[in-house]
Amino acid sequence: MKIHEYQAKALLREFGVTVPRGDVADSPARAREIAQALGGRVVVKAQVHAGGRGKAGGIQLADGPSAAEAAAKQLLGMRLRTPQTPPEGVEVRRVLVEEAAPVRAELYLAVTLDRERSTEVVIASQAGGMEIEEVAARAPEKILREWAHPALGLQPFQARRLAFALGLAGAQQTAGGTLALNLFACYRAKDCSLAEINPLVVTGDGRLLALDAKLTFDDNALYRHPDVTALRDVHEELPLDVEASRYGLNYIKLDGSVGCMVNGAGLAMATMDIVKLAGGEPANFLDVGGGASPEQIENAFRILSSDPSVKAVFINVFGGILRCDRLAAGVIAAVRKLGLKLPVVVRMEGTNVELGRKMLAESGLALTTATDMGDGAQKVVELARAAR
Amino acid sequence: MILVDKRTRVVVQGITGREGAFHAARCKDYGTTVVGGVTPGKGGTTHEGFPVWNTVAEAVANEGATCALIFVPPAAAADAIMEAAAAGVPLVVCITEGIPVADMVRAKEFLSRTTSRLVGPNCPGLITPGQAKVGIMPGHIHREGHVGVVSRSGTLTYEVVHQLTTRGLGQSTCVGIGGDPVTGTSFVDVLRLLNEDPETHAIMLIGEIGGSAEEEAAAFIRANVRKPVVAFICGQTAPPGRRMGHAGAIIAGGRGTAAEKMRALEAAGARLVPSPADMGKQVAEALGTA
Repeated sequence: MKIHEYQAKALLREFGVTVPRGDVADSPARAREIAQALGGRVVVKAQVHAGGRGKAGGIQLADGPSAAEAAAKQLLGMRLRTPQTPPEGVEVRRVLVEEAAPVRAELYLAVTLDRERSTEVVIASQAGGMEIEEVAARAPEKILREWAHPALGLQPFQARRLAFALGLAGAQQTAGGTLALNLFACYRAKDCSLAEINPLVVTGDGRLLALDAKLTFDDNALYRHPDVTALRDVHEELPLDVEASRYGLNYIKLDGSVGCMVNGAGLAMATMDIVKLAGGEPANFLDVGGGASPEQIENAFRILSSDPSVKAVFINVFGGILRCDRLAAGVIAAVRKLGLKLPVVVRMEGTNVELGRKMLAESGLALTTATDMGDGAQKVVELARAAR
Repeated sequence: MILVDKRTRVVVQGITGREGAFHAARCKDYGTTVVGGVTPGKGGTTHEGFPVWNTVAEAVANEGATCALIFVPPAAAADAIMEAAAAGVPLVVCITEGIPVADMVRAKEFLSRTTSRLVGPNCPGLITPGQAKVGIMPGHIHREGHVGVVSRSGTLTYEVVHQLTTRGLGQSTCVGIGGDPVTGTSFVDVLRLLNEDPETHAIMLIGEIGGSAEEEAAAFIRANVRKPVVAFICGQTAPPGRRMGHAGAIIAGGRGTAAEKMRALEAAGARLVPSPADMGKQVAEALGTA
C-alpha cells in the first residue's frame, strides 16, 4: 500500500527523522495560513501517489502567503499528469505547504527488502534527487549498501558507515547515522516494503532534512497496523481496482480488449502472455483464486463487464480438485444473472470436463469452449477483433 | 525422486481448520502417510480420523513425523514454521498465503540455525507421483516418470503437469517453491537435487517476474546441469510496478522482467518456451520423444 508524502513525513517525524516544517492544506485559504505561520519562502507540493510531480508542474515555490494561496488555488482540483499516472492524470485534492530551505547537498537514503539475501538493505548515495535505479546503472560506485541482520537489525557501526558514505562529517555525521537508524526503525515497526528519502538534503544552515519521503507497506502485514491502514486513499486507485479489492479479487487493469478470468496468479500471467502471442492484447490481470467459486466468478464478470474496453472474455481455469460441471454451472448462472452480452470463451480442465463442456454448449448462451490454452487464446482474440 | 516418497511421515499443522482437514484427507487418499495433525489446545482428540497433538514435538515423539505440512493462518504461520523446525522435522512445507515479509525474514534466520528445509510459503507443496503427495495439487493429473518440475506458481504447475501427462511423460517429483519474496527452498536448491537424482531425466522450470531467482537458477544450470532444462517465464506482458497476484511477482526499478530472465536462462543453455501452451511439447522434444 502507498501513502502520500505528507502522511509519510508525519510518520517519519514520530520516529525522529527530521522533516521540513509544514502542514497539509485542502484549500487555498488554509495554504495561506500555513505559509503565514511558517514565514518566508515556502514550497507548495501537490499530494498524489505518483512520482515525477516536479517536472509535471506539481511542485511550486512561493515567496509568501499570497503566492502560496495562488499556487494552491492552481494545484487543487487540477489533474496532474506524470509518467507514472494514467493518461488522464490524477486529481490533486491536497497540497503540502513547507518551508523552502536553501539546499547545500542532495543525498539519498532508503530501506527495502533484499530478496536475494532475505533481509533488509539500507542504501545510501551522494547522488540524491535522481532515481536510484539511474544511479545504479550509471555510477554504481556511488552507492553503499548495508544489510541489516535479520533478527538484530541495523547496527550503529553500519549507520556510521552509511553516514560517512553520504559524505557527512562532524555533527552531521552523527545526525546522519541517527537518521539511518530511525528510518530503519520506522521500516521495521510499520512493516514497510520501502522507506525512501530522496532527496535527503543538507540545508544552508547545516541541518539534515528529509525533503521528500516515500513509504510503502507490506499489504500482508496491514492487519496489525490499523493506523497505517487508515492512511489509505482510495481516490488514488482506479475505481475498478477498488471494487475488485472489495471482492477480494486480484485485479489489475491493462490497456487491451481481451478480458481475462483465471484461477491462480501464475496461470493468470501466462494467460495474458498467450493472448498477446495470439495477436491480442489483455485487458487485465485477474486471479479469482485457486478455487474459482461461483461468487468469485460472478464478481469477476461484474468487474470485466464494467470495463468498456473489454470486447470478449477468456476464462481459463485449471480445476484440478474443482469439478468442471460446477464451474460451468457457476459461469452459466453468472452470465444469466448479469445479462452479459460479451462473447465468452471458456477453457477448463479438471474432473468432469466433458460434462462441463456439454453444459456450456447447451446453455444457449454466447459461450465458446476451447480444448486448451492455445485454442482458447486464438478464439477469444478473433471474437474480440470481430466485436470491435 | 527427491524430498518426499513412501517413507515420508506427514504431520499437518492446522489440521482442524477447513483447508487443513480437507487436504490432509486428500493427501491420505493419494497414499501419503499422514500420521496426524497439530492444533494447540486440541491435543488428545481426533479430527476426521486423524490423531491431534498440541505440539509438533509431540507428533515427532509419538508418530515419528518427518515432514510438516502447514495450513496455519498467515498471522501465526511463521511461528508454525519455526515450531516444526525446532521439533527437528527435516522437511517443512508451508502452503499458507499472505504471511508478512518481516515474519518470514525472521523465520528464515531461525531456520538457518536448524537442519530443517522449508518449502514455500505460498506454494502448492510437492509431489512424487505414485509415492507421496504433500500439498494441495490435484493428485490424479500426475503420473510416475522422469521429468522433474520446479515452479513458483500453483495452477500453472498443474497446467504443465497436465500437458506432460497427456503426452505420456510422467514426473519424478514436482516442487512448488512459492510466490513470495522470501521463501525457503530456492530454484537452485531444487535444481541441485533434481540434477543429482538418477530418476530425473529432464527438468521443467517455471519462473515468473520479480526478484532474481531465475537468474541465479541460470547461473547454476550453466555451471552444473547437464540434463535438458526447459523453461517458461510468465508475466511477459505484465506492467512494471504492479504486483501480479503473488507478493513476489513485481517488476521493480526496471529489474525482474520476464525478458531479462529468459535471456539469462537461454544463455545458460535452457530451452525457452515462448507459449505456455507448448511446455509439454518442448519437454518431449528435449527428451527426443516428440
